[in-house]
Order: sequence, then structure tokens, then C-alpha cells
Amino acid sequence: MIERRLSRERGMTLTEKLGSVSWTFVLLLGLMAGVGYAMLYSAAGLNPEPWAFRHGLRFGFGVLMMIGIAMVDIRIILRLAWPLYLVGIGLLVLVALHGQVGKGAQRWLDLGGFQLQPSELMKILLVIALARWFHRASLERVGNPLFLIPPLIAILIPAGLVLKQPNLGNAVITLVVGGAVFFAAGVRWWKFAAVIGAAAVAAPIVYDRLHDYQRQRILTFLDPESDPLGAGYHVIQSKIALGAGGMFGRGFGQGTQSQLNFLPEKQTDFIFTMLAEEWGFVGAASVMALILLVVFYGLAIALACRHQFGRLVAAGITVNFALYVFVNIAMVMGMIPVGGVPLPLVSHGGSAMITVLIGFGVLMSVHVHRAVEIEGEQAEA
Amino acid sequence: MRREQGKRAVFTRRILLVGAAKAAVMGALGARLYQLQVVEGERFRTLADENRISVRLIPPPRGRLLDRFGEPIAANRLNWRAMLVAERTDDVGATLATFSEIVPLTEADRARIERELRRRRRFVPVVVRDYLAWEEMARLEVNAPDLPGILTDVGQSRIYPGGEAFAHVIGYVAPPAEADLDGDPMLELPGIRVGRAGLERAHDRALRGRAGTVRLEVNAVGRVIRELAREEGTPGQDVTTSLDAGLQQFAAERIAEESAAAVVLDARNGEVMAMVSSPSFDPSLFDSGVSAAQWREWTTNRRAPLINKAIAGLYAPGSTFKMVVALAALEARVVSPGERIFCAGLTELGDAKFHCWRRGGHGWLDMREAIKQSCDCYFYEAAKRTGIDRIAAMSNRFGLGVEPAIELPGARPGLVPTRAWKRATQGVPWQQGETLVHGIGQGFIQTTPLQLAVMTARMVNGGRAIEPHLTRAIGGQLVRGARPEDWPMVGIPEAHLKLMRDAMGGVVNERGGTAWASRLPPEVGASMGGKTGTTQVRRITMAERERGLRRQQDLPYEWRHHALFVGFAPVENPVYACAVIIEHGGGGSAAAAPVARDIMAETLLRDPARRDSAPAPSLQVAAAERRER
Repeated sequence: MIERRLSRERGMTLTEKLGSVSWTFVLLLGLMAGVGYAMLYSAAGLNPEPWAFRHGLRFGFGVLMMIGIAMVDIRIILRLAWPLYLVGIGLLVLVALHGQVGKGAQRWLDLGGFQLQPSELMKILLVIALARWFHRASLERVGNPLFLIPPLIAILIPAGLVLKQPNLGNAVITLVVGGAVFFAAGVRWWKFAAVIGAAAVAAPIVYDRLHDYQRQRILTFLDPESDPLGAGYHVIQSKIALGAGGMFGRGFGQGTQSQLNFLPEKQTDFIFTMLAEEWGFVGAASVMALILLVVFYGLAIALACRHQFGRLVAAGITVNFALYVFVNIAMVMGMIPVGGVPLPLVSHGGSAMITVLIGFGVLMSVHVHRAVEIEGEQAEA
Repeated sequence: MRREQGKRAVFTRRILLVGAAKAAVMGALGARLYQLQVVEGERFRTLADENRISVRLIPPPRGRLLDRFGEPIAANRLNWRAMLVAERTDDVGATLATFSEIVPLTEADRARIERELRRRRRFVPVVVRDYLAWEEMARLEVNAPDLPGILTDVGQSRIYPGGEAFAHVIGYVAPPAEADLDGDPMLELPGIRVGRAGLERAHDRALRGRAGTVRLEVNAVGRVIRELAREEGTPGQDVTTSLDAGLQQFAAERIAEESAAAVVLDARNGEVMAMVSSPSFDPSLFDSGVSAAQWREWTTNRRAPLINKAIAGLYAPGSTFKMVVALAALEARVVSPGERIFCAGLTELGDAKFHCWRRGGHGWLDMREAIKQSCDCYFYEAAKRTGIDRIAAMSNRFGLGVEPAIELPGARPGLVPTRAWKRATQGVPWQQGETLVHGIGQGFIQTTPLQLAVMTARMVNGGRAIEPHLTRAIGGQLVRGARPEDWPMVGIPEAHLKLMRDAMGGVVNERGGTAWASRLPPEVGASMGGKTGTTQVRRITMAERERGLRRQQDLPYEWRHHALFVGFAPVENPVYACAVIIEHGGGGSAAAAPVARDIMAETLLRDPARRDSAPAPSLQVAAAERRER
């Protein structure tokens, strides 16, 4: 106890901080990236080029960055929460004005050889900002509807900008992540029910304003066989590949659907399909278990934290990651519309990998600084 | 402090809820995965195989057409081609430039290559040049290192060694049209050819064979990854025809200058030994597609090169019809062989006058003399006594007015009129004068050269109702009809037939016969019998008759008479029958008989049963000459 207090007052040394990083968690992330490396190696016809080698390199770089962020005192992150949020909004506005147009949507910002998708980063910054808003509030204040209006606006601004890009999938994830922080902060059940009810009423109106390709996705999802060579092609081929994998898979590098290119975008959105085709149900279920372990670990970090700010941040980031995985896997199985959402740490793609690891860096900072005392919030005994 | 504790308790409760929800969601995803992969795995596995396995057809070589001695008259030639695969070269332009230094490319070639390159995927080979000569192939092979992306392969194309001489009988092959699609998947293949006329069409199914299949693994854009399995098809069957290629070639050259047709039959069994029609066309032009200009030339040419006149040209038989009239009169017992009828050069019926070709008349003639001298007045009388319906019935028994059973598409039945026919089609009764006109083979009657040859064959072969045919064997299996016993009898007493043979022998071999000038030369060692015929294309007017009949050579070409001859040989033991028609040739004895004489002489000289040493090299010589050209 005395030691703890001393460390709280003095602050931790860098060595202490490095020592308290959860290397088990880093190992779990490394396993996921390893699965990604293997799949990308297979996707390129058993060749590290053009994807696998760069994937490994990015992961190495990303892990260093994650640990670097983990060293940053959580209280600094707390103080910078709103400025960071404003930077994120600024980036979203910038991408709307000058962004790269990819596949009919403005999503990417070219930072001199490095592409950034601000909508990814925004969700982490949003989580931090919302945690800042809620961390000192008592349950009574959280119960006051007026208190909830500013954070609601904080969610709706980025969600609206992302929807405008247009990126329906990410906009929905943004809303749900924000909602998750509300939920973790103790907002009452009935309020969620009210919002969901309102959404249900608004859905037809929103559908009316969607872009044609977004509507097409929803319609194709409802009946993929209706347009087998058009928008439904992806889903049908993905299901064929999954099914053909069977219990034990067709063997590494032997998936005919993936290797013969019937499966589109196998190195990005549909990498899980390829995995399931080549490694079968056994392999795919194992990878899903690994992902679940990562999620549980993130939630454990949240539960173990002594301050509300860290708890909310950890919970929000973990839910964001879990949502990503769910959307991707459900998408390749044809359970929800195809939305251009990669499988974190496994899919090829620099921007997604870096943002996921930035998020986990913040999560790790929560873990390292779980016992610090945050001013204005009484530390728990 | 309690507040903080409460907050944390709520948080913990809710986070555990989130964790449980996440686990449940993953469980649901896992269940769905199990459903897809394990429960429905088999079905999806099949779908995946359908995706990757492409079954392609390999067309078998088309069967050949052979003449009666086994000489090919339609065969396949290897077609050496140079192809370009765009993705295997860095610079398509440079490769083509190097290529054209070795094998010249025309502007049209270049345009076509560029068009195809744009249209096809980069790994699909595009034909750069086909029908490469052997030396060109060799030069390409030697320079292969400088020609990245160029590969050579070999296909097959149809060749006709006999060329134009066989065009009407063999027909030709061409890419299938909509109407040719008969459910055989092979016809969907690019580059496939089907028989579109003649024997190529008649025996198309046998010649075509059955396609083999190859199972290939392909990727999503159709590129072949590897071959999984192969099943060879059945090659097309060779069809042995009854044609004698050398005789066919000879006959074609003999009538090449005229608009004409000639048919030679084996009178004993109906085998067609030669069938030519002139002018002709080059059948190989259809393989690659006929140009619009060429097609226009063919279809507007008044001599109709695309029509096989031997089976589709309709002509009044003229005096070649007189034997049928004679046989009908004998059967009806209205004229006896020895009865003499007077010819004054003119027969009057009511107000109408019917002239004999000889203005002064023939005087008293019996049947043999009437045929030999082709007296018209005799047959006016014979026809008048017999009546048109009995003449028509006799005509039908000799194959006239009936569609012949020959394999070739487009054979026409012609027309033999009866009283009933005229009432039905023209609505007016038959006139007796018309019977007289038909007695000398004029009027409504229309026949084809093939029918006249069949008529002659049935008359001289002992009265067997042979049908003309061209096929001896398909894939080595003999076809019925080669033996005389395969055919029924016409039912004419031998005495009557003998009289006809004798009279026709007289036509050629006796002084005063209309074809005396065309008797066979002594070195042939046999004699020919026959009958001339001349048919008017246009009525001779009274004014012209008054001025004296002008010579045929002085008339415009289109007004000149058609010249006909039907013949057989040898007279004593008939084996061959023939029919010749020279359109606007003038007269049968002057124009058609000499042609028939030459063709019959060649037929007899080529007969293996009649000569000591085997080969009569006419075809080889002709083929060599074509190569020289």
C-alpha cells in the first residue's frame, strides 16, 4: 500500500512502466498479426510479396508506436481529450474537402506516402472525449437528460461527417461505440430503448437519403442471389469458399476459391473467408476464439482500472475492436451488408492496422496507469 | 466514496454484460460458420468445383470424302498459325514490327490484330497470321527469342484437291449459321465448320465426328491453370463416294467453256461416277467467308455458277424423250415395232401445223428408223395414239417427274404433265395439240440432266429401276445399292428394251443416225448408243420460217437452242449411262453429242475392268498443273 501511494505521488519511472505493460496482450496481438501474415503469404501464391512482408513490417512499427503511447501518462491523455477530439473533427472536415476518392467515397487523407483514414482515428478520439465528459459525473448526474445532450452532440458530429463521406458502416460503428460508452457510464436502459425506437422510425427516411450503392448493398444483402454477377457476387463467392473449406479446410495455399481469384478482395475484406477455406472450421473457430480472448483481455483491463476515465476509455476501445471483428465476420458470411470493413490486424492495409494499434496503445496506457490518481476524482481505496 | 463505488459497480455489471454479449455474438457467428462449413459443406464444395473446373470441347478432325479409288476429294490441311499473347511481351508494337520483318503483315492484318487485342483479355492468344508456309514457320521458330509473346500452333482447314470440278457435288463447309445448330455443342466452338451444300452437307453428321472433352482448372478470369482430365473424341468418318475423280476432272474441263452439265452413271446400280456443272466456283472460298463482291458476282451471273445444273437445272428433254413415248406406245399396243408411219415434214391437226425438223420429211419410217433419224412426225402420231396420261405414267417409271433419291440437297423433281395436272393448275382442259408437242419432248415437261441419265440407265440395264446415288461407304461400312439386285424392275418387256438399245445404237453407229459424227473412236474398243435432243428456248415465228430457218450460230446467245444428248456404252453390254446438256449450244448432234462422246470414251478407257494397267493419271496431272499455277 505504501509503495503504491509513493508511486502515485512520484510518478512511475520508464522502466517500471515498461515492466507493467501486459506482454501477454502484446503476444495475443502478435498471434493475430501472425495469422494475417500467413494468410497474406498464401493469398500472394505463397509469396511474401506484395502483402505479407509489409504487413509484418507495419505490425512491428505499430507495436512500437503502441508501446510508446502506453508510456504516455493517462492524465495527459485526459487533459488533451477535447483538443484531440477537435483535431479529429478537423481531419474529418479536411478529408471531406481534400480527401482521396476511393471506390466512390472520400475517406482517405494522404500524409505524404502514408494514408490515413480519419474516421478510424476519430472513434478512438471520440471514446477519449466521452470518457473525459463522464469520468467525474456521479450516477445522479448521468441520470439527468440535459447532461447527456453535449456528449450526444459530440457523437453525432463525427457520425454525420462519416456518413457524408459516405461510409455507412463506419458511421453506424461510431454511433454504437459512442452508445457503448454511454452504457458503460451508467445511462439508463430505457433511454437506449427510446433512441433505438426513434431510429426505427427514422430508418425509412434515412434509407431514402442513402446513396444508390449503399441501398444496393442493403438490397443485395436481403437477396444475394438476385444479382449473382453484380453486387451479390462477393457474398455468393464468399459463402461458397467458406462452405468448400469444410471441417478441416483445403490446406494452406490450396483454397481454390481464393487462389483462383473467384473470391474478391481476399487480402483485405475477405481474408477471413480465405482463412476459413484453407484452414476449415477448426482453423476459423480457433481464430475467432483468439479474437474473443483479445476482447476479454481488453474488458479485463477496463474492469481492473481504478479510475472511471480509464475504465470508460478501455471499454470503448475494446468495444470498437469487437464491433469491427463482428461486422467483418458477419459480412463475409452474408449476415449483414458488405461494408468495406477489414478484419483488424489480419487484413492487409496500413491505415487500419496503425489506428487499431493506436487504440490499443491508449488501452495499454490505461493498463499501465490503472492506479494513478486523477485530480477531481477520488481514488478508490 | 459510496457514489464512486456505485459507479464502479454499475460499470462492472455492464461490462460483464458486454463481455457476455460479445461471447454470445461470437458463438452465433461460430454456429453460422459451422452451418456453412460442416453442415452444408458438400454443397458448397460442389459449387466451388463448378467455379474452377471448365469443361471444353476439342473438335475432332473432319472426315474426308474419297473417290471410288480412295483418292481424297475433300481433305484436311494443317493450318499453321502464329498467335500473339499480349501479356507475354513488354512491347506488343515491337514484337509485331520484328514479326513483320520475318513474315510480312498487311495493313488489314495489323488493324485486325489491334482490334482483337483490344477486345480480348491479355492472356488470350490472338491470331497474327494463319496459313503460314513451312519456310515461314521455320523462320519464326529460328527467331523465337526475338519474338516474345509469339507462339505457333496448328489447326485444321478444309481443302478440295479437285477444286472447282467437284464444287457442286461435294459442296463446301462454312461457319455454322443459326439454322445449322442442331444441339451438338461442338457447333458452338469458334472456328468450327459445317457442311453447307452437297455431300459435305448430306453427310455432315458422319463427317463431323464427336467432340472430345478436356477438363481444365481455370481461375476467375478464365485463365487456364492446368489440365485435369482429357477424353478423346471420335474423329469424323471418311465417306467413300462413287465418283471417279479423274473422270470428274475430265468432264469438268470438257464443258468448262459452256454453261452446261453432264452426268455419268453406272447404269447397273445407279452409282454416280461423274456429275459436273459449269460454270463452277472455288469451294474453298467459303471456308474463310465469301466477300460481298464475290457473292454478288456469283448470284448475278446469268450462267448461275452456284446452281448445280445436273440436279437443279430444268430443261425440256426434247428428242431424248422419244424412247419413253415409243415404250408407252408399245405398251399400249397402239404402235407395233414394224409399223411404218409416213412423214411428210408436216403434221396437221385442225388448223395447227406441226413441223418435222427435216423440212422435206422422212417418208415411210418404222420405229427403229424414227428414233435413229429422230423423226418428229412419227412421234406426233405415236403420241396422239397413246395419249398424254399413258406417256406421263411411262415417264414416271423412268424417273421423270419424280424427285430422285440422290443424297444431294436441292435435287428437283421436274414436271411431267397430265390432263388432271393441267386442269388443276391452269383451269383449262388439255388440248390434243399439246400431246403432239410432248411427243417430241417439248411443252410443259421439265427434266434435269440427272433424271435423263437415270432414264437412260433404266432403259439399258435390263429394266432395273436404279436410283442415282453417290455414297459407296461411310467409315468403311458399305452402303446398300451397289448390286443390281438391290433394285426393283421397271416392268418393261425385254423385247421393247432391246429395240430401244438397238435403235439408240443406230443413232450413233449408223450412217443417217443423228449422232453418226460422234461415234467412239476405234481405240476405245467399244461403241456407244444414244439419242440427241434439241429444245427450243423460243418459238420459231412464221416469219422466220418463211425466210428460211436461220442458222443457230447467227442467233443471239440467249435465243439459241439447248443441246442435249443421252447415251450409254458399250451397246452390246451396257455398263455406263450419261446425259449431257449444253445450254444454248445450238443442236444436240452438233454440240452435245461430241461432248458425250469424249466423256464416254474417257469413262470406258478408265474402267479398271477394261484396261490392263491401273492408273489413269488425269487427276494427278490436273492437280500438278494447279500447283504450278
